[in-house]
Amino acid sequence: MTTSPAIEFCNVTMRYRLPDRRIPTLKEWAIQRLTAKLRYNDFLALQDVTFTADGGETLGIIGANGAGKSTLLRVAAGILAPSAGEAVVRGRVAPIIELGTGFDPELSGRENIFFNGALLGRSRAEMRRRFDEIVEFSALANFIDMPLRTYSTGMVARLAFSVATTVDADIYLLDEVLSVGDESFGMRCQERIERFRRDGGTILLVSHNLPTVERLCRQALWLHEGRVMARGPAPEVVGQYHAGAFSPSFAGRFEGG
Amino acid sequence: MRNAAGLRPSVLEEARDVAAFSHLLANLVRRDLTVRYKRSVLGFFWTMLNPLLLMIILSVVFSTVFRFAVKHFEVYFLSAYLGWTFFAQTTTGAMSSLAWNGALMKRVRVPKVIFAFSTVLSGLANLGLSCVPLFAIMFIVGAPLTPALLFLPVSFLILAVFVFGVSLGMSAAAVYFDDVAQMYGVALMGLMYLTPIFYPIEIIPQKYLWLIRLNPLVYLFELARAPIYKGCMPSLHDVVISAACAVVAMVVGTTVFRRLAPGFYRHL
Ligand SMILES: Nc1ncnc2c1ncn2[C@@H]1O[C@H](COP(=O)(O)OP(=O)(O)OP(=O)(O)O)[C@@H](O)[C@H]1O
Ligand SMILES: [Mg+2]
Repeated sequence: MTTSPAIEFCNVTMRYRLPDRRIPTLKEWAIQRLTAKLRYNDFLALQDVTFTADGGETLGIIGANGAGKSTLLRVAAGILAPSAGEAVVRGRVAPIIELGTGFDPELSGRENIFFNGALLGRSRAEMRRRFDEIVEFSALANFIDMPLRTYSTGMVARLAFSVATTVDADIYLLDEVLSVGDESFGMRCQERIERFRRDGGTILLVSHNLPTVERLCRQALWLHEGRVMARGPAPEVVGQYHAGAFSPSFAGRFEGG
Repeated sequence: MRNAAGLRPSVLEEARDVAAFSHLLANLVRRDLTVRYKRSVLGFFWTMLNPLLLMIILSVVFSTVFRFAVKHFEVYFLSAYLGWTFFAQTTTGAMSSLAWNGALMKRVRVPKVIFAFSTVLSGLANLGLSCVPLFAIMFIVGAPLTPALLFLPVSFLILAVFVFGVSLGMSAAAVYFDDVAQMYGVALMGLMYLTPIFYPIEIIPQKYLWLIRLNPLVYLFELARAPIYKGCMPSLHDVVISAACAVVAMVVGTTVFRRLAPGFYRHL
């Protein structure tokens, strides 16, 4: 039996193109343009990234700051279009890239739930159906009609996580979000992720917390300066990352490659 | 979902994408309207009162100070001023809406045109609502309310298409450059004086008339002024020119937006 993988990256390159200095105004741009002094620096946040994640797989993505992990998730979510290559994602995606985005502090928790669902492309009917479950999971029932500005940071994150993980989805893109909220909520998040996995959901999990990656993911992928360094069983990849990233000889090893 | 280099969705696919996010669209429009109507002191009544107060002030200023010989000056003025308010508020609103929602577009995949679109829709709702005090004023001053008013929805729809096109182009440009919004504000002020809103077109000297005729708003506003003020259907000539301007604005606006949108990440 062959099924197509849920996520398929094929030679994905993401080039951030930045002018060599910031050109804030149209006037300045016109001057630069006329005097032909405008230069761009290209920065490759992802280079030739190829991998697949099967349906039901939880793939950990590790790497140093700036390695391109969040960029990879953004390409998978369709937020950024790759500069070269192709990413195919089969199924409904719930990008949980930064919690609490799109929340309006003036609106109540209830209104924010609907607004956030809308941002994820979910219909009003679906949100109505899921509303009670979202409130229950967030354990914020007593605050749900208060404006969001009266919430603590952790409470906002809890609400956001509840919305993002309660809508129907086949694929979660989790960027460093398992550490939100207090301990009891953290446990419930883990449970929820477990349940999603048992139900056959696919997860790309970005985390700097290597024990978490080893615990949750059978497979892992190590990104370094936009390239895939290793892909395989999580303990091995984490081991390689440890051995490689923290050894002094590493910096030179991949230069010019 | 296929996300590939150089794969730009067609205009049709983008339209379908907006339709798929109709819940978001409804939310954005509702948020716009509640911010406007719920949170101001007089709320809804203010929207009704605002044109009334403005009319009193302006009719005193213009009909006694400038002495334009225009019958029912209030109605003459408001028939174009409502459209102007819609145009000016929506285009500037679309610019700030796209900029404000920049952080959002980096974290969730939403159709980027949805922000301009929702601004146009809520502007259109405001325009419709402001017709209520307009009709009241017409009734009070004894200006005739004729069946030609039934043409107004068409007038406003053509204007809305034009406004949507301008909003798309300007909002995309404003993401790239900080000074676009300021320059646009100045341009708007100039444009207002170049549009016969509070003065009759007859006061323009013959030799400058061509300049006024280059202004698409003249034709677009005439579509509303004819039924409201003159009590007749707009001329076919004006309808055709207006519709053509609206189509051109849409094509240019969409093209600019689609070209600039992939680079938004650099600026937001
Ligand atoms: N909008 C942008 N414009 C230009 N460069 C960017 C942009 N966003 C990210 N980059 C660059 O791309 C590289 C990868 O960034 P990314 O956010 O994917 O890193 P990351 O692996 O998620 O890092 P972290 O562990 O700190 O979250 C960084 O070097 C960053 O400078
Ligand atoms: Mg990151």
